[in-house]
Amino acid sequence: MTPPRKRPIRVLLAKPGLDGHDRGIKVIVRALRDAGMEVIYTGLRVSPESVAKAALEEDVDAVGVSNLSGAYGTLFPEVARRLEEAGVPLKEVVLFGGGTIPAADEPALRQAGYRAVFGPGTSTSEIVEFLEREVPRE
Amino acid sequence: MKPRRDEPPACGASRTPSGIPLETFYPTSVPPEPPGEYPYTRGIHRDMYRGRLWTFRQYAGFGSVRATNERFRYLLEQGQTGLSVAFDLPTQIGHDSDDAIALGEVGKVGVPVSSVEDVEALFDGIPLESVSVSMTINSTAAMLLAFLVAAAKRRGVAPSRLRGTVQNDMLKEFISRHTHRFPVKASMKLVTDVFEYTWRELPHWNPISVSGYHMREAGSTAVQEVAFTLSNAIEYSLAAQARGIPAGHIARRISFFWNVHNHLLEEVAKLRAARRMWARIVRDRFGLTDPECARMRFHAQTAGSTLTSGEPENNAVRVTIQALAAVLGGAQSLHTNGIDEALGLPSETAARVALRTQQIIAYESGAADVADPLGGSSVIEALTDEIERRAEDLLHAIDGMGGALAAIEQGYQEAAIEEEAYRHQREVEAGERVVVGVNFFRSEAPPAPLEVLRIDPDLERERIREVRARKLARPPRQVEELQAKLEAEARAGRNTVESLVSAAEGGLTIGEMAATLSRVFGEHVE
Repeated sequence: MTPPRKRPIRVLLAKPGLDGHDRGIKVIVRALRDAGMEVIYTGLRVSPESVAKAALEEDVDAVGVSNLSGAYGTLFPEVARRLEEAGVPLKEVVLFGGGTIPAADEPALRQAGYRAVFGPGTSTSEIVEFLEREVPRE
Repeated sequence: MKPRRDEPPACGASRTPSGIPLETFYPTSVPPEPPGEYPYTRGIHRDMYRGRLWTFRQYAGFGSVRATNERFRYLLEQGQTGLSVAFDLPTQIGHDSDDAIALGEVGKVGVPVSSVEDVEALFDGIPLESVSVSMTINSTAAMLLAFLVAAAKRRGVAPSRLRGTVQNDMLKEFISRHTHRFPVKASMKLVTDVFEYTWRELPHWNPISVSGYHMREAGSTAVQEVAFTLSNAIEYSLAAQARGIPAGHIARRISFFWNVHNHLLEEVAKLRAARRMWARIVRDRFGLTDPECARMRFHAQTAGSTLTSGEPENNAVRVTIQALAAVLGGAQSLHTNGIDEALGLPSETAARVALRTQQIIAYESGAADVADPLGGSSVIEALTDEIERRAEDLLHAIDGMGGALAAIEQGYQEAAIEEEAYRHQREVEAGERVVVGVNFFRSEAPPAPLEVLRIDPDLERERIREVRARKLARPPRQVEELQAKLEAEARAGRNTVESLVSAAEGGLTIGEMAATLSRVFGEHVE
């Protein structure tokens, strides 16, 4: 048994761009909360800049973004860039994404700083395990 | 998701996905009234598909107006009988492609359309007076309708001959689909403007497609889909009457859009129950006795949310079962999804197979040869009754909140749907619900990934250049005057569609129109 964390993992979940598909992200909000994490959900249509601003203000351990409108290729790297620019280093804050994203597009997103890309059919427990593993315990 | 190592749950669930208990068998039952008779449980026509097949209407749009026009022509050549336009998100929300907010979204989930010229190019070579056009457009429905009317006039086609549908269902946008732009009340005004304009000018046009589809995609049960959609339809009918449109007119022109999921029995029963409930609503709540008013006409689409990205070939079977449910349930129009749609828009091959699925059901399966072939099946009749009972209860609950609009403002439907979506996910993860090829029965060696449709990123850049050049070619004075006129008319409460038709003819773009109306109406904030 690993000892319990000193403070719960804090996660920002966001829907950048114009996409309105929020079934998946709302399910993840609840699953992460049920797993004991603190979750801040931005709601729909936030700009990459606002995602970065919220990540900084909320002092989160991880940032997760969702897109099902095919715009991830533009939006996800922009979120990564804005985070770095806002002083949220991707070495320290775990950035991950998900949505209808073909496997062939994953390497480019990883290159941009995403530690994981979760496609359709991912179980919420995989995301919980991923965050438990990636977010440092100290 | 990792495949489970334990045994799948025993085959033969004791409940439908909506939670309705299922017996192991049902005593025989007598079918209700014949097809074509009130309350139309068995279908809106006596001869159903022998009289006229449902419309094969594949939802399509991507990349550019040229690419989409090509796909339309291809589908028509392959035997499709109606068009259904998918617009990209900027167009749906009222932004031109060159707006910074559109970056990355141009041409992705549909075609970008900003002007009369775009609509002309989109339907190039397609006869607008004979092919019916359905447009999935809501916040900007009035604008797209204005572009279409203006394009028809330019082509010498009298707008009164146009046949088709605008989705124009804003209530479900606030609940689940989320392409809103204007506040709730202003959105209802725009919806009603479309009713009023089409009532006067476009007699063959369906001014709304009241949609359960997206609420179901967001996670609702079949029962919620029926109840929430019908309560929205009641709200629209009341809004039309308040505008002075005769109740009989709106009842004749209202159309519906249902989802079809995998549970064949529940889905067929759902469509029959919805039809019967609507007929009763029209008679009992609106006092209309003309049979034409009580016939629920509907489009159906197979359920995108049931498709899996792993072992995508299996999706062809899911789509077939779902399409069969739509046909056995008496649909007037149908879209079948491509097998690759868990990962993107359908490739040409996937789109062809999807269309062929409908043709096989229509011409080979025999399902279309007899009206309501499952009528009198004891389980179908029992489920029809039970779905009606449960949906009625929900409908009354919504009445108690003050109607659909008031319930939306209280966040009721959205929260109820979210609850079901989470329950579904937990059941799949707990192995209580089987998704073949995902949590159970999965190949050890994953099959080669499908070739997915890729939208060339150059298309967005080209489109932005094109839109900018076209906008700059207009005298700036003219644009200012058109916007000022639109704004003044909107403030004065004039029907926005009328104003938008002249704005479209004058060269105003969708982004300029929406920005102008935003100044008048404000914007919806979540």
